Amino acid sequence: MHRLGCSLSTRATLAIISICATKVASAGSLLSPQTNIFSPVSTPAHEIYHLSLFVLAICAAIFVVVFSLIVYAVVKYRLRPLDDGREPPQIYGSNQVEIAWTVIPILIVVVLFLAAARVIHAVQDAQFPPSALEVTAVGHQFWWEFRYQGYGFITANELHVPVSETGHPIPTHITLLSADVAHSFWVPRLAGKTDLIPNRRNEMWIDPHVAGTYVGQCAQYCGTEHAKMLLTVDVESREDFERWVQAQKSAAAVSDQVAAGRQIFETTACVNCHTITGTAANGKFGPDLTHLMSRKTIAAGVVENTEENLRLWVTSPDAIKPGALMPAMQLPKQDIDSLVAYLMSLH
Amino acid sequence: MFDAQPLSPPIVVTPEQESAKPLFDRVHEWIVTVDHKRLGLMYFCYGIVFLVIGGIEASIMRAQLAVANNHLVSPETFNRMFTMHGTTMIFFAAMPIVFGFANYFMPLMVGARDMAFPRLNAWSFWMSALGGIILYFSFIGGSGLYGVGSAPDVGWFAYAPLTSRAFSVGHSTDYWIIGILVSGFGSIGTALNVLTTMLTMRCPGMTLKRMPLFAWMNGVMAVLVLVALGPLTAAQLMLLIDRYLGGHFFDTQAGGSAVIWMHFFWIFGHPEVYILVLPAFAIVSEVIPVFSRKPIFGYSVMVAATVTIAFISLGVWAHHMFTVGMTSYANAFFVASTAAIAVPTGIKIFNWLGTMWGGKIRFAVPMLFCIAFLGQFLIAGLTGIMLAAAPFDWQLANSYFVIAHFHYVILGGIVFAVFAGSYYWYPKVIGRMLDENLGKWHFWLFLIGFHLTFDFMHIPGLLGMPRRIYTYEPARGWDIWNLIVSIGVIFQVAGVAVWAFNVVWSYFKGRVAGNDPWDAWTLEWSTSSPPPVYNFATLPVVHSRRPLWDLKHPEDPDWKYE
Repeated sequence: MHRLGCSLSTRATLAIISICATKVASAGSLLSPQTNIFSPVSTPAHEIYHLSLFVLAICAAIFVVVFSLIVYAVVKYRLRPLDDGREPPQIYGSNQVEIAWTVIPILIVVVLFLAAARVIHAVQDAQFPPSALEVTAVGHQFWWEFRYQGYGFITANELHVPVSETGHPIPTHITLLSADVAHSFWVPRLAGKTDLIPNRRNEMWIDPHVAGTYVGQCAQYCGTEHAKMLLTVDVESREDFERWVQAQKSAAAVSDQVAAGRQIFETTACVNCHTITGTAANGKFGPDLTHLMSRKTIAAGVVENTEENLRLWVTSPDAIKPGALMPAMQLPKQDIDSLVAYLMSLH
Repeated sequence: MFDAQPLSPPIVVTPEQESAKPLFDRVHEWIVTVDHKRLGLMYFCYGIVFLVIGGIEASIMRAQLAVANNHLVSPETFNRMFTMHGTTMIFFAAMPIVFGFANYFMPLMVGARDMAFPRLNAWSFWMSALGGIILYFSFIGGSGLYGVGSAPDVGWFAYAPLTSRAFSVGHSTDYWIIGILVSGFGSIGTALNVLTTMLTMRCPGMTLKRMPLFAWMNGVMAVLVLVALGPLTAAQLMLLIDRYLGGHFFDTQAGGSAVIWMHFFWIFGHPEVYILVLPAFAIVSEVIPVFSRKPIFGYSVMVAATVTIAFISLGVWAHHMFTVGMTSYANAFFVASTAAIAVPTGIKIFNWLGTMWGGKIRFAVPMLFCIAFLGQFLIAGLTGIMLAAAPFDWQLANSYFVIAHFHYVILGGIVFAVFAGSYYWYPKVIGRMLDENLGKWHFWLFLIGFHLTFDFMHIPGLLGMPRRIYTYEPARGWDIWNLIVSIGVIFQVAGVAVWAFNVVWSYFKGRVAGNDPWDAWTLEWSTSSPPPVYNFATLPVVHSRRPLWDLKHPEDPDWKYE
């Protein structure tokens, strides 16, 4: 794929940057949060990666030439200690030189434009096979809603997509909407970013060829908790993805053991914002909780989805994400216990 | 140093006993002044005050981001800091400073006694000053979203609909709108004044082709202000109408368009970059020839490149919007126009290099800053090329790479040029030299700080760190880079502190400068330092681009070759 051609030196530099980055990034973590733009695993990110190597090579070459000239001029034409005090020859300009340093940059600009235009076309005007998965992502302050309209369920913050293999491509086509202000969908290893703008329909696509969990986050300032609006894309084998879809399509778990918690959920403010299928809760402002426990994190990738964190989130969201729109539930401890037990049952 | 024969002998007047006057009278004189030099100086000082305030805001952000998961400031405070930092630096530090240079030196360099409209000049300054005061009053008066003691927190480009009353309750956003609106009136007034001065106030013999490049570049800057401030003003008015009169321009809930705000803002915002950078080019174009002892290389080409940059800069704005989902054709167009602007900009760098080539370069402090400017502006241009390639921008937009890029332009380019200009013209304005040794300390401290901060700031961007986040998890691999970036701030602060000390110390103790301490060639050096109120006793008559060269070298005058 290195058909654009780039100098060895640039690749070496990039390799160094990538290694440094990976070394630091692999310090162990919640989500293996590698977000280096130079380690693409999906076609749009790959296309950008190759273009970026080409552009970096050209820029590095220009830099070396012009910077050397500046250094040379500064050293060579410095005022010497034994100067005769006379003014140097007064040169006013040269048309030949001016033409040369006008025409050469124009040629470089034309080449850069063509290279960029090719990738713009490849990414923006791509055609999708009928097998493509359709998902709608809706940006909210400060979390992500993912609607699998073909399957009829809704989830949040953790997008699951199948691996797209060369022989059997299943690209994921994502329609981008916003419920409130502008956001931006950015998972660096899968694709460049595209904004989610209210009253506007944007689109993007990914076709990850390597299974794994890829981290991204909102890249357009959207208010107080913009910093904690993370998402993950879980790329799974087709079988795993199908299993996940079946689980998501199923109704919410019902258990008599947590009936008390369920009753609290259905009779408090929870229902204003959250949906749990098969219950009275059908609010739309907050994430769908039908299969809450199938998610690894809560609060848009901010903390792990554990009992302790759930309890903290329900009682004082500000402790986890100050400025989040989730209100603190002022309930007796006993009710909180039941509520959290109910939430923990939503597999 | 070499003192040129003045083109016009200063009139001997009884020196005013300034110090004998009561303080009130002296302050009153500055407040009611219409003298372009006093107004220029006030613009400059006003800008420096806000530069310090904006710098403090930046330091707070860097302290917060120095380590992962920091709790130094709340998200609300952090969001206010970056909003106020950006707004302050662009509208209330950079613009007043470049206007200050234009105000002080445009009349002196074209051989005029004042600006074309002295009273408009005073009005413009006070409007800009009022704008800044309104913006900062929000800290006290802007109670709203977070209670008393608020300030705007919508980001300096204030994307809709975050600015609508649904998402920004209270009045902090109103202070932002009105502060910028009011200072914009001042900017338009100053632009009219600078342009008219350039066109109509030139001394006998100074044709457009003999005007110093400083005058050319500031004149073109003024044209850009006149074109670009209109859309911004219109957008601010529309936003006010949305907020208070039930308009729906940007109200997406009622069918308005968030993207229209972006277009309005950036059709101002990108020319704004050139509004700031052309005056920086203007300073560099004066300093490099004098310290290389050669005339500017390719004068006409430099003028043409300046005009071309201004023209193209009006057609590149949507490169700030490659991620908003424009069609592939629109994206391709803005790739082409943005990349095209590299050509005239490159021509400028080459011509400055050509000016140094074959010269005898004196490493005085103004020249040190200009040499650093050349290297840094080159890098800023090259990262600009990377961002111009739209697909690469899809990754880099709104990341720390972009922050590093435009700080390379604004600090590495504009601020370095402003420091160069301050060392170059301080002797003319004050009558005493700034200390060279302190100047070198300033230069090296600031250079090291700048590179620590902004070289390393590119890397977290490549590692996926978006801008405007108040914290991040340690596992993201961004912490070491952010720590280095924050450490650089200490050096920058130290450098600026040395500069401030130098400015004050030299005012009292600096070596007396004389009329022409740098052995320079433009008209401001032919009058006394500081210049008298009337600038020139008799209007000078010039025959070439370097009237003082002609005087100093009657055997080999410039006008023979032009």
